[in-house]
Amino acid sequence: MTGSAMIITGATGDWEVVIGLEVHAQVLSAAKLFSGAATSFGAAPNQQVSLVDAAMPGMLPVINKHCVAQAVRTGLGINAKINLVSVFDRKNYFYADLPQGYQISQFTQPIVGEGEIEILLADGSSKSIGIERLHLEQDAGKLMHDQHPAKSVVDLNRSGVALMEIVSKPDLRSPEEAGAYVTKLRSIMRYLQTCDGNMEQGSLRADANVSVRRPGDPLGTRCEIKNVNSIKFLMQAIDYEARRQVELIEDGGSVDQETRLFDANSGTTRTMRSKEDAHDYRYFPDPDLLPLVITPEQVAAIKADLPELPDVKKARLVTDYGVSEIDATILTEERETARFYEIASHGRDGKLVANWLISELFGLLNKAGRSLADSPVLPENLGGLIDLISDGTISGRIAKDVFAEMFESGEEAAAIVDAKGLKQVSDSAAIEPLINAVIAANADKLAEYKAGKDKLFGFFVGQVMKQSGGKANPQMVNQLLRQKLDA
Amino acid sequence: MDKLTDLSLTAARRHLAAGDFTAVELTEAHLAAIQETAGLNAYITVTADAALAMAAAADQREAAGNAPAMNGLPIGVKDLFCTNGVATTAASHILDGFVPTYESTVSQQLWDHGAVMLGKTNLDEFAMGSSNLSSYYGAVENPWRRTDKPEEKLVPGGSSGGSAAAVAAGSAMASIGTDTGGSVRQPAALNGVVGLKPTYGRCSRWGIIAFASSLDQAGPITQTVADAALMLGCMAGHDAKDSTSAAQPVPDFSAALSGDIRGLKIGIPTEYRVAGLSAEVEKLWNTGIDWLTSAGAEVVDISLPLTSYALPTYYIIAPAEASSNLARYDGVRYGLRVDGDSLEEMYENTRAAGFGDEVQRRILVGTYVLSAGYYDAYYRKAQRVRQLIRNDFIDAFKGVDAILTPTTPSAAFGIDSPPLDPVEMYLLDIFTVTLNLAGLPGISVPAGLSQHGLPLGLQVIGRPWDEATVLRVGEVLETAAGFSHRAGQRAGGKR
Repeated sequence: MTGSAMIITGATGDWEVVIGLEVHAQVLSAAKLFSGAATSFGAAPNQQVSLVDAAMPGMLPVINKHCVAQAVRTGLGINAKINLVSVFDRKNYFYADLPQGYQISQFTQPIVGEGEIEILLADGSSKSIGIERLHLEQDAGKLMHDQHPAKSVVDLNRSGVALMEIVSKPDLRSPEEAGAYVTKLRSIMRYLQTCDGNMEQGSLRADANVSVRRPGDPLGTRCEIKNVNSIKFLMQAIDYEARRQVELIEDGGSVDQETRLFDANSGTTRTMRSKEDAHDYRYFPDPDLLPLVITPEQVAAIKADLPELPDVKKARLVTDYGVSEIDATILTEERETARFYEIASHGRDGKLVANWLISELFGLLNKAGRSLADSPVLPENLGGLIDLISDGTISGRIAKDVFAEMFESGEEAAAIVDAKGLKQVSDSAAIEPLINAVIAANADKLAEYKAGKDKLFGFFVGQVMKQSGGKANPQMVNQLLRQKLDA
Repeated sequence: MDKLTDLSLTAARRHLAAGDFTAVELTEAHLAAIQETAGLNAYITVTADAALAMAAAADQREAAGNAPAMNGLPIGVKDLFCTNGVATTAASHILDGFVPTYESTVSQQLWDHGAVMLGKTNLDEFAMGSSNLSSYYGAVENPWRRTDKPEEKLVPGGSSGGSAAAVAAGSAMASIGTDTGGSVRQPAALNGVVGLKPTYGRCSRWGIIAFASSLDQAGPITQTVADAALMLGCMAGHDAKDSTSAAQPVPDFSAALSGDIRGLKIGIPTEYRVAGLSAEVEKLWNTGIDWLTSAGAEVVDISLPLTSYALPTYYIIAPAEASSNLARYDGVRYGLRVDGDSLEEMYENTRAAGFGDEVQRRILVGTYVLSAGYYDAYYRKAQRVRQLIRNDFIDAFKGVDAILTPTTPSAAFGIDSPPLDPVEMYLLDIFTVTLNLAGLPGISVPAGLSQHGLPLGLQVIGRPWDEATVLRVGEVLETAAGFSHRAGQRAGGKR
């Protein structure tokens, strides 16, 4: 067990939390899973609905091959077994947002089988989380209850949109691990371009199965928490739910297997439906669709086309650029960040670039509420700044001012340095007169220094730098001062 | 020349090409026949104006010398095919007011081949039934009457009862139906006309209101076997919009009608001599065997050991798929809605009012056999038996080229005296359902009359994709039978 497991110390002893996640990831695809209707976010209601999506009589589903390839791609990205034959089933239930009266999903034979991903925890350790399966299924439409005083209205734009349901094994032991798992999964899918991972737009959703047990005991009764639309809320919901279950059991009660809703306003979960009200989905193979058959050649072609994934990229950044594990993790979480970093650090000091990117650029971006995608500082320009630091053209301190200016104006570092005359002075002939002037003006301090007050050396350095307007090369100032004072 | 309403498709094509009459005249004659036989209730909707416009367009094509295979031939369309701009009901109250904005692939292909739509024919509600008694739009009357009880109205069979009755009554030159458990062949037999069920996947199901997706298949109902060959050629073909339609080449079915079956091996399944098979049907079957033997075929006894399991298997699989296929009729988007105080109440009110007894019965059965705890015992087991039934046929076809059976165990019964037990009604499909379970092609050919003067049919079953042999053997039976009897209620009176 790693140090990141959540142990709840109750009145009667310790409790371990066991979590399994079902992540619903919208497949990046221009068209729906079984129809040609568009899938773009934010369209006016019912503008992206085909006859199939509205379940008009006599309409039939036809599989979108791109979505199949995307599922295989994702399966390969999570190190999972690809099932060459899989089957679409109907999950039958009635609801006004489900035009067919059934959702086409995959029940007993999913397209992707067991896999695993590595998650990195705050203490620097990593943990392998098992994936049970990944299957393709249709999304439902959306009901809106606030459009009319007495009626509900239905928007079918989402109806039939392709989702990948990714089911983890019950390997997660804390809210932190659950958060790290979703973050990692999202990162992988973004690298693969199979899901955009936008939780606020609903293209990535997670349901959590949470139970508690005495360490070492068999699994306890679980509750499924739905309606969680951010990683922060997911962690909050799990934390609340685990504590609720412990309290319940310790008070002499027992956990009922049920589906619970997370309320983001109160941070609590409440019963949505009990086991008795659970649907009998009457799964059976969809007779409108033949079994989905993929050839080993198709899988091989997709595999050959996979991009470098976060884990591999991270290891490479550590080896090739000498950055730390932690920095490499940050730099590789988003494909865009890694791309930015690799351009900026090309032929340069990788560690220095990582520092500037992570602490300076991310700092300014955060403050400005912007993302790396619309950063005013381009990767080539960050590299240019690093060049000026590395070749001694400017000092680190000046570099920060230059960088702030770059962030404001989007200009290149060299242009700013030129225009403002910020070039570092490394010419001893220019620095020596400043040193002489400072020593002449501070005869008392010189005497104290000579008498053994070594700490005054810093005072002289500061004075010289001040006289130079910050432009003097600090190393040269040190060296020249040392010669003068210790002469 | 025969009366216009007595012509076969192939004969009418020759006359149209020769300019003996126009497509408009031919269509007018059939519209008049529809009027004359309106009492049979074979049509739910008659599209007279559209029919005349299509006929006029056909005449123009004829004059321009580019007449396709079915140019100017007026036909009926089972009201289970969605037709663009024409109300499509599935004979159900629940589809009140539904007018499709699209045309089924099969009907579109027929229009593309020049055929003319007369209207939408009556059927059992959602194609569920063997008598056409379950239609929301009322029973269809078989144009035939018993000689011993000429006052008694008879059922036309089902579910394509209107389609078959219209052809028998001369109010359509031919029609299209759908066959899920015998719904083309059984009414064809009871009306003295030809009914063909193609191999599953031969015709697109796109735009046909689904009953049981793994069994449904469109087929022609015609006056002659040659007409069936002509029509099938126009209906068949792969459709990218139906994942279960097959990318199989479509042969020239008419060219297969050589009349020569010498050396063909015809199987006679001993298990089909079941209880409930009337003596006269058995006698006709034996006569059929003699006809084929005389024509040079070799008749051999075969065994299809799982025959007795076919009907129960069918009545698990078909309702299971139906219970799911019919879930979309929920009052939310189209058709009937009966309001309620909650969404659930609206569903209950709408579906209780919208579906008839037989449809409700099958939805209940289907829901039951798919439900948790029963799925393995019923649905899964039925699927296994279905595979074994398929295997039975595969084995049988290793030794024979086609199989001959009766189409139905008995002739049509009275509209007012249907079997009281639904299961007894289901037995009408006993010889036809096996083909749907196995996905095989089959044809029913009128072969003789019962002792009370009602038509009886013989069925020819073929290998998958071998409709050509089915048609060839069917035509030999047709020739040998020389069935020239006409229904008493036929338009213009009996010939």
